[in-house]
Amino acid sequence: MDISSAQELIVPELTEAGRALLYIIFGVLFVGLLTFLSHVLAPYRPTPEKLMPYECGEEVMGIPGVQMNLRFYIVGLIFLIFEVEVLFLFPWATVFAEPALLRAIPAWGILALVEMVVFVGLLAVGLAYVWRRGDLSWVRPTPQVPATGAPVPAALYEAFNRQHLKPSPSPQS
Amino acid sequence: MGLLDTKTGQGRVLVTGLDDLLNWARLSSLWPMSFGLACCAIEMMAANASHYDLDRLGVFPRPSPRQSDVMIVAGTVTFKMADRVRRLYEQMAEPRYVISMGSCSNCGGPYWEHGYHVVKGVDRIIPVDVYVPGCPPRPEALIGGILKLQEKIRQESLFTPS
Repeated sequence: MDISSAQELIVPELTEAGRALLYIIFGVLFVGLLTFLSHVLAPYRPTPEKLMPYECGEEVMGIPGVQMNLRFYIVGLIFLIFEVEVLFLFPWATVFAEPALLRAIPAWGILALVEMVVFVGLLAVGLAYVWRRGDLSWVRPTPQVPATGAPVPAALYEAFNRQHLKPSPSPQS
Repeated sequence: MGLLDTKTGQGRVLVTGLDDLLNWARLSSLWPMSFGLACCAIEMMAANASHYDLDRLGVFPRPSPRQSDVMIVAGTVTFKMADRVRRLYEQMAEPRYVISMGSCSNCGGPYWEHGYHVVKGVDRIIPVDVYVPGCPPRPEALIGGILKLQEKIRQESLFTPS
């Protein structure tokens, strides 16, 4: 009996999927065995100090679940768009004025320029849109100016101040 | 969880060969926690580097106390650091060992008399297995300490868990 026929006898027919199945079965068995052994052999003495999240010897201060202002979401999204734009600009800039490409394709410079203008233009439209929507203007607090029912109008005070307190800077409205 | 750990203490399961196996496994891969406190740490780094090559003893520094077996206290333990050292020791998984490296962590060293800020020996805050003398100890001395710790682990038994 030569070697090839012996191999045919010993090795059963296995499709590629069967091999993958064997890998999966033995993988699960092996990992399961190791996990079981670890559970049996390893000492398990949890303490609150051992279960602390940090591994650098520091104590946890405060709570990690801090509420973020929702407006950061919009700003982050806009920032991401323009970051990606810059990311695209860098590789474009390296091949824009490549002499070899310019020699190979006559219209290369114009083509690359027009493509990038279109790309930046699209993003500029997006910028105009968010600008128009007011997403870029950070919502400022509106302090309540206390109103009094005094008979002397405020304009009188201002006129007095203008007349007598010339060197002082004008009050912020 | 920890079947052997809970049962052997009561003498219900008798394992003799397992002792040797576990001890061999533990002493052959003593992973120290990589942190240094003073000039002893330089010697510890030298011992880890290619000249002295602690890796041939299975000593391989880990960045987390949860993966470490041995804590090499290399240097001056100040009171400010003592809290952290203690907490890191608590966070190491059992079995855990401590090598006190150098005079400062052995007994306070040169800060013994006037060091208002130094713990007079790290064994006042955590249990120490092996003391390595020197100021600082040469890498050979640290290797000697690790070999001494390996001897100690070789004598361990499940009936007297560390």
